[in-house]
Amino acid sequence: MNSFSGKTLSWSVQDSAVELELHSAPCNEIGSEMLADLEQFAAALDGLSQQASAVIIYSSRKEGFSAGANLRELYQKSLPLDEAARLTGVREFLHRIHAVLNTLDDAPLTTIAAVHSVCFGGGFELALACDLIIADKMARFCFPELRLGLIPGFGGIPRLHRDLGNAVVRDLLLTGRSINAQKAAAIGLVSQVAGEGEALRLARATAAQIAKFDHTTSAAAKRFLKPIPHEELRREIDLFCELFTRPAVMEGLRKFTESSDAMPYLP
Amino acid sequence: MRTIEQTTNEILDLAARQFSVPRESLAPTDDFYKKLGLDSLQALEMLTRLEQHFGIELPDYEMQGVTDFGTLAGRIQARL
Repeated sequence: MNSFSGKTLSWSVQDSAVELELHSAPCNEIGSEMLADLEQFAAALDGLSQQASAVIIYSSRKEGFSAGANLRELYQKSLPLDEAARLTGVREFLHRIHAVLNTLDDAPLTTIAAVHSVCFGGGFELALACDLIIADKMARFCFPELRLGLIPGFGGIPRLHRDLGNAVVRDLLLTGRSINAQKAAAIGLVSQVAGEGEALRLARATAAQIAKFDHTTSAAAKRFLKPIPHEELRREIDLFCELFTRPAVMEGLRKFTESSDAMPYLP
Repeated sequence: MRTIEQTTNEILDLAARQFSVPRESLAPTDDFYKKLGLDSLQALEMLTRLEQHFGIELPDYEMQGVTDFGTLAGRIQARL
């Protein structure tokens, strides 16, 4: 499928790159609709790799790249369910999003996240599945999950651990603070910092450079450099599900959905 | 080394520019959430601009509960 236009995202092949645009209001929260669209994208990736050498993921929402998991949907869907049914639903969602992100992580194309403004939680985890992150200087990265009594569940800890090491994961996870693009570049998370509104342009220029290399060699180099941490990812799902059953989590979700605080991602 | 007054003035200049309001309409004791109608996205943007301007890292939790420019200046001053 060369192009697709869904409720939450669309993609098309532009020159030698697949451009995946996230456009779900308000800030590309990843819930059941976006997951279904992302699954379509993951299924199409193999075919797309015959026509392109890079993937660029970006957001057309001014609010940012992605605010993370759709917590309102998670809360509303969980509320009427008993604990066992809640857990079954969450585990199934996690397995599906992990399958999508593993496919992206492993894709035989060079993948670039062009990030601006908010890149939090599940949105950060989506960016971490990409090979390169190019960030607008106003971008901010954050793992706010501990405020809900949870850990990131879309593979963020194992991927950040793989790419940057344990100390960075501890800093971001255990404080819940957000970091700006310059800091993210200084620790090696972001490969290039763009001026305001320029991340997509830089990502396109980078994709054009990537297209000059032999596709098979790039794919081989990536396979060699970027093994998927399957065992840690599996353990992350188990730990997330174990934590999810605690009453504090539903209370945290309720507080978040009802919050009008300017920094609702803080406890 | 900046004085706290200088830091406060620079924050007020920055806020006036970000929100396109007259500089003279802002005072150190103003509640910036009320005065500027700050939403969560704008709060993050202000945090980033403050970090860039002063060349510091200002963890979000340092901003938590802070509502006026003067107190914010104190938090920033402690990191200069």
